[in-house]
Amino acid sequence: MTNVYIIGAGATPVAEHYGRSLADLASEAVRAAFAQVPGLNAKRVGAVYVANALGEVMASQSQLGAYLATAVGLAGVPALRIEAAGASGGAALHQAAQTVASGSCDVAVVLGAEKVTDRLDGALEAALALATDAEAEGIHGITLTAQWALLMRRYLFEHGYAPEVFAPFPVNAHANAAKNPQALYRFGISADKYRKAGQIASPLNMLDCSSVADGAAALIIASERIARELSGPLVRLAGTAIGSDITALAARPDPLDLAASRASAHVALGRAHLGIGDVQVLELSDPHGITAALALESIGFYERGAAPRHAADGAIAPSGRTPLATAGGYKARGDIAGASGVYQVVELVRQLKGVAGPTQVPGARVALAQCLGGVGVTAATSVLVSEDL
Amino acid sequence: MEIARHWRGRAARYRLEGQRNRTSGAVRFPPQPTALGEDTDAWEPVALSGRGEIYSFSVLRQVPDGYEGMAPYPVAMVRLVEGPLVTAQLTDCAEGDLSIGLPVEMVTRKLVDTGEDGVLVYGYKFRPVVS
Repeated sequence: MTNVYIIGAGATPVAEHYGRSLADLASEAVRAAFAQVPGLNAKRVGAVYVANALGEVMASQSQLGAYLATAVGLAGVPALRIEAAGASGGAALHQAAQTVASGSCDVAVVLGAEKVTDRLDGALEAALALATDAEAEGIHGITLTAQWALLMRRYLFEHGYAPEVFAPFPVNAHANAAKNPQALYRFGISADKYRKAGQIASPLNMLDCSSVADGAAALIIASERIARELSGPLVRLAGTAIGSDITALAARPDPLDLAASRASAHVALGRAHLGIGDVQVLELSDPHGITAALALESIGFYERGAAPRHAADGAIAPSGRTPLATAGGYKARGDIAGASGVYQVVELVRQLKGVAGPTQVPGARVALAQCLGGVGVTAATSVLVSEDL
Repeated sequence: MEIARHWRGRAARYRLEGQRNRTSGAVRFPPQPTALGEDTDAWEPVALSGRGEIYSFSVLRQVPDGYEGMAPYPVAMVRLVEGPLVTAQLTDCAEGDLSIGLPVEMVTRKLVDTGEDGVLVYGYKFRPVVS
């Protein structure tokens, strides 16, 4: 087993890219990642893992491993598509890390790519709802947004809060996205606007729901031998892990406990020989405030019912104890479905290299990314550590 | 079409049939296949009463293709008196009527119309208890 490093990271802007195909977006992201390692010969790539959740339904294309490897100029390289709904990106990174750690290749590419704007919103809602339990939930017209709304209302009931207690999450996300040229929504919002926003799935309102948009992000994963040929600070992928939970939300013993989120975070941190107190910047699935709050509490950053209060006190700002969504998060950078987990890591690499600009977390050396598939049905966590050599 | 798929689920859909563990008496819904390490007869079918109370609810305004004719519609997780939580739509109620803890009962209604060449899918929804 070898240590594994992230030696290149790049992404396209998140947008409604009506003029661009899935293949175009993938090509731009991979070229952006390789531009960071000009000395690396692409012939050294021994594996490609494509993260994509909705390709068949929304982009009319399957077999995305070979298809996108070809599109980016890596035809002939072993290539697979990894699908775990919204956790696809973290799951693909986990697979790439294991492949490189095993020694079966020295360089692997993780490519998250999603194209959703060729079809209308009803088709998108139906495609996303395929990540629910079709018989127990999907047939009843339940969407993923509805499931988070059900959890939000129960959470408010159990802890005696009003809905606007979640406003700090989208307010922070938008404040950070306003400084990210690649974000979907580059403007701030206020808690007052949050209170007045129209309902999408009550009590979730328009300013507490992410928009799914097009984009691609790529990471180059390398063995220690390759990484040490490069100059400058290195980002080590210190631990990755996958967790899974009962698909049907109602069948879980405690719906407000995201067991997969907790399990994958703790296993990933354990593999990195770190604890949650070591994490200085994080990316979580945060399409809604409730999603981020439940993950923060399930992982153990805060007691149950306490995450919104800490968020209101500034804990999730870049200067806080658990900085979150420094590039805008799902809410304002944009939700790229199966590619979101790769976008998360692109941002954390920037943070650990100290090049995150106005939302830089000072001195960040340990970062954690976690993406969820469905309502925490799958959770993929990655722990990143910066190394000076 | 998926006629066989909807037919297979008829016991749960029409009768709210779950399963009871022959040893512990635990009740679950919807029915599940035999898990690793379990005897194949560990769970027996049990028809649930269809009575319970709202655990949580939401009214959906952005809905999947196929459900647009019903929107906006309320969905809920219902805690059945036998113990399991069930996810379903609510019916025969206005948003203002709903609250956590409200007693509800099962009714059979149309879940979705799968189109001209498809089937009308029927199954359980819940409504506030008519007293």
